[in-house]
Amino acid sequence: MTDTSLDPGFSSPRRTTDLVAASLRRRRRKQSRLKWIGIAAISIAFLMLFLLVASMVRTGWQAFTETNITLDVYIDPAEVPLERLPRGGFDDVLAASLGQMLPGVDMDDRATARAVGGILSNGAQFDLRDRVVADPSLIGQTITLTVPVSDPYDQLNKGLIKRETPETNRRVKDAQIAWFDRLQAEGAITKPFNIGLFTDADSRFPELAGLKGALIGSFWVLITCFVIAFPLGIGAAIYLEEFAPKNKMSDFVEVNINNLAAVPSVVFGLLALAVFIGWFGMPRSAPFVGGLTLALMTMPTIIIATRNALKAVPPSIREAALGLGASKQQMVFQHVLPLAMPGILTGTIIGLAQALGETAPLLLIGMNASITSAASSPFDSSTALPTQILIWADSPERGFVSLTSAAILVLLGFLIIMNGIAIFLRQKFERRW
Amino acid sequence: MNDMRPLERIVDSDTIKIAARGVQVHYGETQAIKDVDVDIEDHTVTAFIGPSGCGKSTFLRCLNRMNDTIDTCRVRGSITLDGEDIYDKSVDPVQLRAKVGMVFQKPNPFPKSIYDNVAYGPRIHGLARNKAELDGIVERSLRRGAIWDEVKDRLDAPGTGLSGGQQQRLCIARAIATEPEVLLMDEPCSALDPIATSQVEELIDELRTSYSVVIVTHSMQQAARVSQKTAFFHLGALVEFGETGQIFTNPQDPRTESYITGKIG
Repeated sequence: MTDTSLDPGFSSPRRTTDLVAASLRRRRRKQSRLKWIGIAAISIAFLMLFLLVASMVRTGWQAFTETNITLDVYIDPAEVPLERLPRGGFDDVLAASLGQMLPGVDMDDRATARAVGGILSNGAQFDLRDRVVADPSLIGQTITLTVPVSDPYDQLNKGLIKRETPETNRRVKDAQIAWFDRLQAEGAITKPFNIGLFTDADSRFPELAGLKGALIGSFWVLITCFVIAFPLGIGAAIYLEEFAPKNKMSDFVEVNINNLAAVPSVVFGLLALAVFIGWFGMPRSAPFVGGLTLALMTMPTIIIATRNALKAVPPSIREAALGLGASKQQMVFQHVLPLAMPGILTGTIIGLAQALGETAPLLLIGMNASITSAASSPFDSSTALPTQILIWADSPERGFVSLTSAAILVLLGFLIIMNGIAIFLRQKFERRW
Repeated sequence: MNDMRPLERIVDSDTIKIAARGVQVHYGETQAIKDVDVDIEDHTVTAFIGPSGCGKSTFLRCLNRMNDTIDTCRVRGSITLDGEDIYDKSVDPVQLRAKVGMVFQKPNPFPKSIYDNVAYGPRIHGLARNKAELDGIVERSLRRGAIWDEVKDRLDAPGTGLSGGQQQRLCIARAIATEPEVLLMDEPCSALDPIATSQVEELIDELRTSYSVVIVTHSMQQAARVSQKTAFFHLGALVEFGETGQIFTNPQDPRTESYITGKIG
């Protein structure tokens, strides 16, 4: 074709039009092919995202509700004598009141009595104890108490333990299902929103375990990380971008910062273990140390984002300031930095969102310990959201399966909120020159 | 300072504001300006003309040391302002730029209010003792910039929201708010329409009463309209410098003649 079109004898205007038309068809085909490949790629990405979220929601949504039982408890002075507080037979008191609600069940048989008591969560006796200790005059009275049921009954109520499974393969036996159904028929069983998921710390018992400790731990980690990485990152970026002489040394620093951003996070964890905990003797499992470690990791991200934001400020603004007799420092801090701030904040929030989901360094500094109370300061032992997810994913009890998914959903929720803030800031403060 | 060095003082310095002698500028290995000698007089508009890339903007930026911000740029020779070498070690470029103001090719108001744009220079140099004085400086500058009547009711509005011509006059007002002695203008009208251009040109003529104005322009008509002195640059060299009328009607150098008659450039 090229040969003929090059030949002057064949190239009439008519022929050129034909050639263009033919090539146009080819180009259009190519373009539409490219378009469809793009659409397919995006569809696959969305499908994967959808599958991920859908599977999390499917297994996790049950954890956002809990199964409670409401009991009328007669606090028997024989079981709970005033003088022995805070000790006493609180479990027996609870079992007895369950026995009241299940007439015909032989509560004198110790094994049966224990099984009936097992309907209640292990935490129920502590709830009751705390109430009695707080107000000893309750001894001898009957109070109404709403407590969680234990994990197998919770699973049964949520349909996760199937009644059609043969009894031998089922954790809850037929007799126990019968008790539970009687309690349910009496209206004692309720299934409210699981506030405990956000207000309780971790526990061995899934029905009592919550994310409070992990949320507070992650909060301290992020605060520490921000307080350290934000000023240091911005300071380093301003120096490198605006003040440092451009020579071999600054090139070397730049290459290393870019490399640092790509270092696997587990390496930072090892570094923190050796330096912060080993040499400096900082406490293990402390969110402060976690924050320090993640600050090391986040700083390159912040430096790179800040440098890009500084570069994006038009030179005309710099010249305007310098031309008026502003010093370089005045130019940077009064004009360039304020204009770069939205970009810097966006980069910082994205860096912090990464830090929020980072697990490996926190494992190495021991933030995956089982800690059943929320940290009251950044120096107390604590878990963080991603390590809590790991702990729960590792736990054998059936109830932790849906708790794990619920915790992942909470983590995803925070990530979406943080990225949303970043997008909002970018849109709100973006300037055009 | 230079009183101790009489040889460096310019003869007849009453009217000569800036004197450049043997100025050479290199960007790395490339020479942008070759041995330029020029005298800028006080209360005069001096125009630099010449084809693109001839070095006129580079030379203009030597006069307030804006080239210092470019790492690879080296300036040799001497440039004196009122007999003082501006490239002397003891001269702070920040102080120099307060005395030699600059208006750029593209209007570049800060993305702040009109008031803050004009007040910025006086604020950083501490020219006003209180708010009332600053208000006075801002009003005076905007009046001199021939834009007061258009913006007096919206001083809090952002400067970037004005039209191109208004922005450029705002930039001029901002430059004169620090009360400079020399005003450098780098193609101030190239981004403006003809009406805005004529407003700025009128303004330049008025500014001559108080300042020495140096203007770089691509438009020969503009140079002829606003300037008293004209310097023609070609390939980094100053080809001809003299009275504007003489340059345009009776150029001495054949290159000047071919440029102003449209044969080169």
